[in-house]
Amino acid sequence: MKEFKILAVIMALVGITYYGIEPYAHSVMHPEVAPADFTFKDAKNVDTTLAGNVENGKTLVEANCIACHAIEKAGHPAIMPNADAAASYGVVPPDLSQAGRIYDKNYLANFIFDPVTAMHLEHKYPVGGAKAFPMPSYNWMTPQEIMDVVAYLQSVTPKVAEGKEANKATFEAACGRCHSMAYAKFDATTPKDAIKTYMGATPPDLSQYIKSRGEHYLHSFINDPQVLLKGTSMPRVGLSEKAQEEVIAYMEEIGDSKKAEREATGLYVMIYTFIFAILAYLWKRKIWSEVH
Amino acid sequence: MAEFKPAGSMYEWFDQRLGIDKFVKVMMTEYWIPKNINFLWAMGVLLTVMFTLLVVSGIFLLMYYKPDINMAFDSVNYTIMQEVAYGWLFRHIHAVGASVVFLIIYIHMFTGIYYGSYKKGREMIWISGMLLFMLFSAEGFSGYMLPWGQMSYWAAYVITEIFGGIPLIGGDLVVWIRGNFYVADATLTRFFMLHVLLIPLAILGAIVFHFYSLRFPHVNNEAGEFFDFDEEAEKYLAGDKKNSKVVPFWPVFLSKDFFVLGFFLLFFFYLVFFHYSFAMDPINFDKADGLKTPAHIYPEWYFLWSYEVLRGWFFEIAGISGKSLGLIAFGFANAIFLVMPWLDRSPMVKPANQRPYFKYWFWLMIADLMVLTEFGKLPPTGPNAWVGFGASLTFLVLFIALPFITKAEAKKVGGK
Repeated sequence: MKEFKILAVIMALVGITYYGIEPYAHSVMHPEVAPADFTFKDAKNVDTTLAGNVENGKTLVEANCIACHAIEKAGHPAIMPNADAAASYGVVPPDLSQAGRIYDKNYLANFIFDPVTAMHLEHKYPVGGAKAFPMPSYNWMTPQEIMDVVAYLQSVTPKVAEGKEANKATFEAACGRCHSMAYAKFDATTPKDAIKTYMGATPPDLSQYIKSRGEHYLHSFINDPQVLLKGTSMPRVGLSEKAQEEVIAYMEEIGDSKKAEREATGLYVMIYTFIFAILAYLWKRKIWSEVH
Repeated sequence: MAEFKPAGSMYEWFDQRLGIDKFVKVMMTEYWIPKNINFLWAMGVLLTVMFTLLVVSGIFLLMYYKPDINMAFDSVNYTIMQEVAYGWLFRHIHAVGASVVFLIIYIHMFTGIYYGSYKKGREMIWISGMLLFMLFSAEGFSGYMLPWGQMSYWAAYVITEIFGGIPLIGGDLVVWIRGNFYVADATLTRFFMLHVLLIPLAILGAIVFHFYSLRFPHVNNEAGEFFDFDEEAEKYLAGDKKNSKVVPFWPVFLSKDFFVLGFFLLFFFYLVFFHYSFAMDPINFDKADGLKTPAHIYPEWYFLWSYEVLRGWFFEIAGISGKSLGLIAFGFANAIFLVMPWLDRSPMVKPANQRPYFKYWFWLMIADLMVLTEFGKLPPTGPNAWVGFGASLTFLVLFIALPFITKAEAKKVGGK
């Protein structure tokens, strides 16, 4: 039928144009990058197959870590307020309570061994450069000792309920020292001026990042920021795949809080419109049968 | 004033005072439309519905939107999208509607060109329609800026900058339009006024005029056939509905439009609920930052073709800078459709497929516009720049050649 032919022509023209300005233009402007790597294969200074000893780890952590880091859940509160910590170190050293839960084991071990290399920040803290990363390398520890520390950190991690609670906890522990989330009324724990000086620019508020960057981009970016934004000051945080999914889920909860309502309502509206269209068609047939 | 008899019913009371019966006859039941039309003739009604949806959703957005550079972004992305009940629905209807309305306008416009509906006798329909297109463009552009997103800011920057290319007054004109030396709060506030008051008023006026301009020359039909509407209407009223070439606007014409509308709304609501991102540039979810230029600046899809005509001229020709050439071409592209009725010198009112030369011209023009649209978004580097230049040049050549092509066609057909 002629009208179907016209419709097909219009749909083809619109489809070709749409392809050019949406998926195709996007692929040109944002070329595909290597997929996210949650095994952190490039970090291999520490043999992470060794079984850690929690007791020994506890001793090592108490001797080496708690001078700077709080481990709230293991009875080691922060030794000074955030503002003072930021003034001393440039950035607030993270509370390690969640470290065993959110970071990949392989990453965490290699981070302790050599933080700058693990974080892919060699461009910012070159060997022998003017600035030194606030946390020293613990490459003098034996792999066994490092794995003991990891085992201890994993053992003190608090139980967090899956879902919303975990999403929020992970986001705040992994991103919250630098990034704010205004739409959740959450401010970065490092004071604004300090973080700006430390990073070179104010880290963006992440309220709308689920929309402005999208899940696909965030997935690659969080795993290794250098892949998408060469030279950025943002470190590779080393989240496990699960922790990263929790972060993205939290960003969606805050940045797109009406998604579920939108999809549910959408279905009803579509059904209603479909019924309207059918009735309109039947009515049209009846009316036009008199004039044809 | 005639003496009024006591009314027997409420209907009669109003009818005596407002002439409801007569009004309905003139506007609806005895407003004659050719029977020989296809679904492309429903685009006018779709546009009316879309405009209504945009006005209604716009009014709801207006209740919470703040035209201030410090508050605009969050008032849209947080207050409206997350706090106001169904605010997201109105925002998506408005944003998707703004994009889809241009799709329908383009279909409406190229239907007119394909079937020769701009020709002798119907010039005013065409001109008022093109006026509406320009007003909708201004409305779309001013509204795009309001959420104060990063791309809308920079698009506003680039588009207002275009006026700087006008000789002598350019620089001052840009400052006057922006209300500041750069795109700033003053710009946002005035674009807000334009978007919610001045341009919508002008659009309403232009819509009324567009409808009015249809009344005397009547709507064209699929075959471009001329006939006596009065004679055909008499046949219809006498009961010979099957042989009459016309149908009344209500209920016959509208019943078909409602059917088309139903399926269109299905497509529209699918976009609103499940695929709204096509109409919302992700970069606009970053707040405008005058100190940080996005990697690629491009307008919304419906302006891409004219944007590409503007930037396609990237080198100097005969001592005229690429920028000036682009500006001239851009001015030409935006004004040329307005004079279509005089560029087409063939008296024949027929669909393009029945016209020996025009059919090639029409499809070439559509293809060229598609190329311009697609390359308008791509980075203008390497071969892309040359394709853009070629397509821009083709656009100009097509319209310069149109009078000659149609004249030759008139001769050929007349000689038969």
